Amino acid sequence: MNGTIGRRGVLAGASMLFLGACSKVADSTVGSHLLGAAETWHKKVHRSLADRTALAREYSKEDISPTFKGNGTLNIDTPEYQASIENQFADWRLEVRGMVDNPMTLSMDNIRALPQRTQITRHDCVEGWSAIGEWTGPQLSTLLEAAGVQEGANFVVFRCADRFSQGPYYESVDMVDAMHPQTIVAHMLNGEPVPVKNGAPLRMRIEKQLGYKHAKYLTAIELVASLDDIGEGEGGYWEDHYGYQWYAGI
Amino acid sequence: MAKTTKRHGLMTRFWHWLNLLCIVILFMSGLNISNAHRFLYWGNYGFDPADAWLAVPRFPGWATIPDYYSLAAARDWHILMAWPFAVGLLVMWIAMLVKGRFWREMRTTPKEWHPKAIWKDIVEHLKLNFEHGDAKYNFLQKVAYGVVLGIFLPGMIFTGLAISPGFEPAAPWLVDILGGRQSARSIHFIFSWGIFAFFVVHVVLVVLAGPIGQIRDMITGGKLAEKADNGDAQ
Repeated sequence: MNGTIGRRGVLAGASMLFLGACSKVADSTVGSHLLGAAETWHKKVHRSLADRTALAREYSKEDISPTFKGNGTLNIDTPEYQASIENQFADWRLEVRGMVDNPMTLSMDNIRALPQRTQITRHDCVEGWSAIGEWTGPQLSTLLEAAGVQEGANFVVFRCADRFSQGPYYESVDMVDAMHPQTIVAHMLNGEPVPVKNGAPLRMRIEKQLGYKHAKYLTAIELVASLDDIGEGEGGYWEDHYGYQWYAGI
Repeated sequence: MAKTTKRHGLMTRFWHWLNLLCIVILFMSGLNISNAHRFLYWGNYGFDPADAWLAVPRFPGWATIPDYYSLAAARDWHILMAWPFAVGLLVMWIAMLVKGRFWREMRTTPKEWHPKAIWKDIVEHLKLNFEHGDAKYNFLQKVAYGVVLGIFLPGMIFTGLAISPGFEPAAPWLVDILGGRQSARSIHFIFSWGIFAFFVVHVVLVVLAGPIGQIRDMITGGKLAEKADNGDAQ
């Protein structure tokens, strides 16, 4: 009995020393820089191995999962959003603003009138699970071309109607992912309007990255030169407040 | 001359310790990542615990990196250490193939695969008789090292790449041959425990075979017994 506890104690002790060393490394300047740099190396390799417009896998109707899991915000408890549900989002507006020549405000009818793309893709959550669904909406590139992106705009910021404990949700991508053919502003899931739990009425699809990039309850698309002045400067809600990786293709 | 009489070459020794560091950090940060969604599935999709083939236990803080639940920080470590792990293994594999080491040292003969022969090897191991004969490794060592070097370690890299949505467009066939993303994730998990099992057996055998000499040789290179009387081995 004592032997077992002793051995376990030694193991736990060794583990604690090692864990302590790891957290020292992570907290050091060099360590945290290295941890951040590794993410960028992955992004560069991913983008050099395949064409930048290479498509994420598209599935057939038979592959669609029986349901599509909702995660994060599942409903927004504000009178405004509840009223929007009531009127089937007839009053919902999507702004395209920031570094564009023609800022736009689009209604759901405007969005549905644009050329549409339908894609059956797999949604991979950072937690590890996956779901497959059919998404329909205009390509983000269509909106950006109509708005006229100005020289020097490097990022697209997605503003959302939902809030978490630390503040409003937002996300961002660079122009490579923004102009990717599968990057769409989805208003339909599996042939129906996007359900509330999945981000009604509009959610982004950024198919080559993990789920937290796919901003839900979308209210505005903002073109910016730098992410430094947005939120805490890390490019997204989870990036700002919990240290998640901005490049979520890993 | 000195190189040929070393028990372990410089590159093997360097890789061994680098690989140990990588595997420990990757494994422990992986356990933290597992805690984020403790269910494993087969196929392309999977999110409902009711469809899981395995509900994985929650791993305690002392077994994970960092020692509290943080998917973001665990992923940072995993994403960083994947680099030295993958590049180190790639270099090691190229060197083994160029020098013909894998074939020379890990090759087994049909005779060795006879159930009676395998049983005899196991019994000898249990008696703590680690006789190698004239080969560098005995049969069980060849199988263990062969499976780890040939399947588990490269398998971790391939299944890891297959889970990564940014990598998939470069090689969608990889996800297909693994049976879909959730299958790749399940195999990633299974192989990690295969490596853990090897680690445990490896450490136990090193302890039984004389840990000080074994660890010293893996640091300094040691000497091959049959060449110990060569004057220039010193």
